[in-house]
Amino acid sequence: MDWGAILSNAIRSGVGPDAIVYALAAIGLNVHFGYTGLLNFGQAGFMAVAAYGLAATVATFGLSFWLALLVGLLATVLLALLLGIPTLRLRADYLAITTIAAAELIRLLLGSVTLKEYFGARDGLQQFASTFYALNPFDGRFHLSLGSVGVNFSRNDTWVVFVGWMLVVVSCLIVWALMRSPWGRVLRSIREDEDAVRSLGKNVFGYKMQALILGGLFGALAGFMVGIKQAAIAPTDFATDTTFFAYTILLLGGAARVLGPVVGSIIFWFLIQFLGGFFTQATRGDNPLMPTWLMTDQQASLVRFIIMGLALMLLMVFRPQGIFGDRREIAIDGR
Amino acid sequence: MAANPTLSEQGRSESSVAASATLRDVAREPGAKKPDPIIVVDKVTRKFGGLTAVNVEHIEVQRGVITALIGPNGAGKTTFFNLLTGFDKPNTGNWSFNGKSLKGIPAYRVARRGMIRTFQLTKVLAKLTVIENMRLGATGQRGERFLPGLLGLWADQERANTEKADALLQRFLLIKKREDFAGSLSGGQRKLLEMARALMADPELVMLDEPMAGVNPALKQSLLGHVKSLRDEGRTVLFVEHDMDMVRDISDWVIVMAQGQIIAEGPPDTVMSNQQVIDAYLGSHHDAALTYEEEEQMLAEAREAEAKESEENK
Repeated sequence: MDWGAILSNAIRSGVGPDAIVYALAAIGLNVHFGYTGLLNFGQAGFMAVAAYGLAATVATFGLSFWLALLVGLLATVLLALLLGIPTLRLRADYLAITTIAAAELIRLLLGSVTLKEYFGARDGLQQFASTFYALNPFDGRFHLSLGSVGVNFSRNDTWVVFVGWMLVVVSCLIVWALMRSPWGRVLRSIREDEDAVRSLGKNVFGYKMQALILGGLFGALAGFMVGIKQAAIAPTDFATDTTFFAYTILLLGGAARVLGPVVGSIIFWFLIQFLGGFFTQATRGDNPLMPTWLMTDQQASLVRFIIMGLALMLLMVFRPQGIFGDRREIAIDGR
Repeated sequence: MAANPTLSEQGRSESSVAASATLRDVAREPGAKKPDPIIVVDKVTRKFGGLTAVNVEHIEVQRGVITALIGPNGAGKTTFFNLLTGFDKPNTGNWSFNGKSLKGIPAYRVARRGMIRTFQLTKVLAKLTVIENMRLGATGQRGERFLPGLLGLWADQERANTEKADALLQRFLLIKKREDFAGSLSGGQRKLLEMARALMADPELVMLDEPMAGVNPALKQSLLGHVKSLRDEGRTVLFVEHDMDMVRDISDWVIVMAQGQIIAEGPPDTVMSNQQVIDAYLGSHHDAALTYEEEEQMLAEAREAEAKESEENK
């Protein structure tokens, strides 16, 4: 058993590009669900629209990368408006149904053969991130080690991770500044009781729309990072499990807390990689550590998700507020 | 049943005496004209399927007085409240506040015009602290707009609002609960918080939906005092209530609803001795047993009506 390698890989995953993508997506969900109580199950749709907006503008239409970023953001705002106008007047669960349907619709449309010339169907789009990588100021690979545990990033990954964490920091600052302001207070109040907020003269629909757009824009940043980190996108990057992972991360870290999604994402990706690495090693070889009647090497990569699911259940039972949440806030039942 | 008028004159505040004086010449009949109405309602109806929940021909609410809206269960009082405040939309009719029509105006704009309501089942924001609940009530907050909120351009206004909130919490005896979550308050304290929060907006008209429901007797007295103090400040109060002692004690004028219609209006003493009102509450035959013939006749009428209805439905 090579604990050094297992830990190294787990740490790399916990601070790597995936953790960044999901931290951003979960920050968006935190604005939607954690603060405003909007049950958005279509975060993958917001990510897809932004990522494809970026990729198609560059790869299909040959326009500039910077314009493409703007197109991605605008597409996200448009999606939020399109989804919000008919559904935000409905009860929360209807929003969940509509958003998950919309996200699937978007994924299927982007992968459809009819639109292949624009979005590349199932192959997706490539070669749209060269402008980003050309700006890379780092000279070589990133390496940091302590004994047998070390973190390695290639030159390109170092640049992606650097920009990614900057985006996470800026996003957290924006959420922090907004949620301590009276604007954030209105959102939290809407989560508690819409009618009370309405009776005090606040335009509830307007605030919900602003929250949907803002959270969607954080989702857009996550979408950009998906495209940039792998320099390619395909419809499968934006399947429903993307949204579910982001929700898991949000609940793990603690909803309605600024740093909840970030810590949740780091822990989630660390554990996934750690468990994966452990079970792979424990089932490998002629005389594996794990008895074969319990687990074979083919099952090793799946068991980690079972364990994660179990851990999430236990978390909900024993610490429903997540790691950062305030127990008192959860404990009080207002009705 | 009528109280001694000289008794009820005792120990009344100046504003209460003034309120009675302005209403002295108003006719004691449904839809009576008031000298200075703040709310005027015309032909408002609301149907739920085949049921007409509200059917109000004409009603005026006098400015600066406490008006009670009473009626038996299911009379349509709360529905009427929802219609006035924009929380529900009537099928027909028009109504105005301060001379401006409120027809088709969404609830939040109604509130901004100075007409703030509370709810029968209190709506405190459980997971916000008491002081945060109060701050939310303030109107015209710069920090509630996105950019000023993000950039932090609201500290001064927040300080002023907090001072105002603290003063109101003092007055409503909630100052010790300032930092507690509103969800941890008792039922009566929630009523107080809701009323105090409504006052953060400096409303001209305060609409209270059953302010006494679920409040213990000790707190009732203090709540009564608070409602009266609203009138002393020159605000108008319209409230729905079941508690007859409260209605008699604090209201200057009473409007009675039954089956969606206004059936009587007048000062509390007059209204409570009104035969129609007693009938509405207790049924028109409450004081006499039905004879066999009367019962038969009523049954026959009911069958006839039923037959007619099924005929029409075919």
